Amino acid sequence: MATYNTNEFKAGLKVMLDGDPASIVENEFVKPGKGQAFSRVRIRNLKNGRTIERTFKSGETIEAADVADVEMQYLYSDEQFWHFMNPQSYEQMAADKNAVGDNAKWLKEQDVCIITLWNGVPLTVEPPNTVILKVVETDPGLKGDTSGGGGKPATLETGAVVRVPLFVQKGEAIKVNTRTGEYISRA
Amino acid sequence: MTTDASGDWQPTAALEVLKLRARLLERTRAFFFERGVLEVETPILSTAAVTDPMLASLATRYTGPRFPRGQTFYLHTSPEFPMKRLLAAGSGSIYQICKVFRDGEAGRLHNPEFTMLEWYRVGFDYHRLMDETDELVMRLLAPTLSLDAPERLSYREAFQRHAGLDPHTASAGDFAAAAKAHKIDVPSELLTQNDLAVWRDLLLTHVVEPMLGQGRLTFIYDYPASQASLARIQPGDPPLAARFELYLNGIELANGFHELADAEEQRTRFERQLHARAANGQPVAPLDERLLAALAQGLPDCAGVALGFDRLVMLAAGARTIAEVLAFPMDRA
Repeated sequence: MATYNTNEFKAGLKVMLDGDPASIVENEFVKPGKGQAFSRVRIRNLKNGRTIERTFKSGETIEAADVADVEMQYLYSDEQFWHFMNPQSYEQMAADKNAVGDNAKWLKEQDVCIITLWNGVPLTVEPPNTVILKVVETDPGLKGDTSGGGGKPATLETGAVVRVPLFVQKGEAIKVNTRTGEYISRA
Repeated sequence: MTTDASGDWQPTAALEVLKLRARLLERTRAFFFERGVLEVETPILSTAAVTDPMLASLATRYTGPRFPRGQTFYLHTSPEFPMKRLLAAGSGSIYQICKVFRDGEAGRLHNPEFTMLEWYRVGFDYHRLMDETDELVMRLLAPTLSLDAPERLSYREAFQRHAGLDPHTASAGDFAAAAKAHKIDVPSELLTQNDLAVWRDLLLTHVVEPMLGQGRLTFIYDYPASQASLARIQPGDPPLAARFELYLNGIELANGFHELADAEEQRTRFERQLHARAANGQPVAPLDERLLAALAQGLPDCAGVALGFDRLVMLAAGARTIAEVLAFPMDRA
């Protein structure tokens, strides 16, 4: 079992915390001049995304998490699993609902996503920062409006609903920021 | 650390900060010159090393004339031992500004080599030395910081006020409960630990220190006897160490003692610390017999204090990290 000593702590290090894989966000070395040294870390649970603070006595060890990020192309979903392929090796992998979560609504076939693997199994799926998706449903916009002020809801081909300017019409492709869920422009 | 070779030849401190550091050094020397305190230099390398289990020495090796078979020398963690030998030899009050070295210490407020201002005042007790430390730091910081009147709290008062417990009588369970109340999340191994010194330092660093020195100098004094280090212990219930620390903006700036002059007591403490080091699996370096011989000869009644000069520059410059006041921190050394 691989372990890390507090001296190895740094941002991005993947460790096991309370049975879950976690990533160190920030590590602060704290020590009174003539006293005990501590590592005070902010650490993000990779399963639930929550960040907590935890203090370790210097010299303690913590179990390493077998976590790696890989780029994979999204293929299709069979409702139960979302299937991805490594574009280099053609190796395929299936992510379950827990791993995909809310990001399912941004997944479009052929797009390259970042899959975080824990012990070789997908833990989280990150879609690209921006995606281009077709509008499949929206009210017809008002004539002459080009500003986008106000806006209206539009349902996209993946099922996501975003607010778009009034001039955007059904059948058009738009660019969306997946981190904020906001419309960027017509594609 | 960073391996970006293209940019890391450059200093991490702005030139303005290096100029500020130079001015502060100049003003420090002027302060001691006015008071007739002698500037001295003592060796960085010593065949003996610090015994405190909370400090780790770096070591190097010399081979050549006088030591043809080679000799391990330890880089000092503070110039305390040779400065006390000068005091015992009749130097009178002295100060030194030098680089000191500590293995295993790097972070936002730590660099393994850093600049220490250390001074000893013959005939002073630690309260009088707090007065002088206050004067020096206020004079150095006054041009850049406006500070309220300094405060002095005993170690007990500081814990009572900010952590809600008496550090001299609290049990491990009391400390654990206080840590929990302040949302300090520690591994279960630490929770079951009975080492009160570790608990005190945990509460001190996480709860008490951040509240100290807010817009003013805060002196903390009268430490638990177990943390006496090289300070005198005053009898009482509990016995307390004649030791003080100075904080500003939550940052530990200085540590002072009414110096222990009893050679036998000092030897006992050194030996106890060496036993603790051996038990922890830490290196056990030779005792400084020359210091003990000097104490046996007679150390004048004095108080001494060591001040982290880089942190003083940080506070004067409004810097958040020690790297901002060092030309080249360790990862660019």
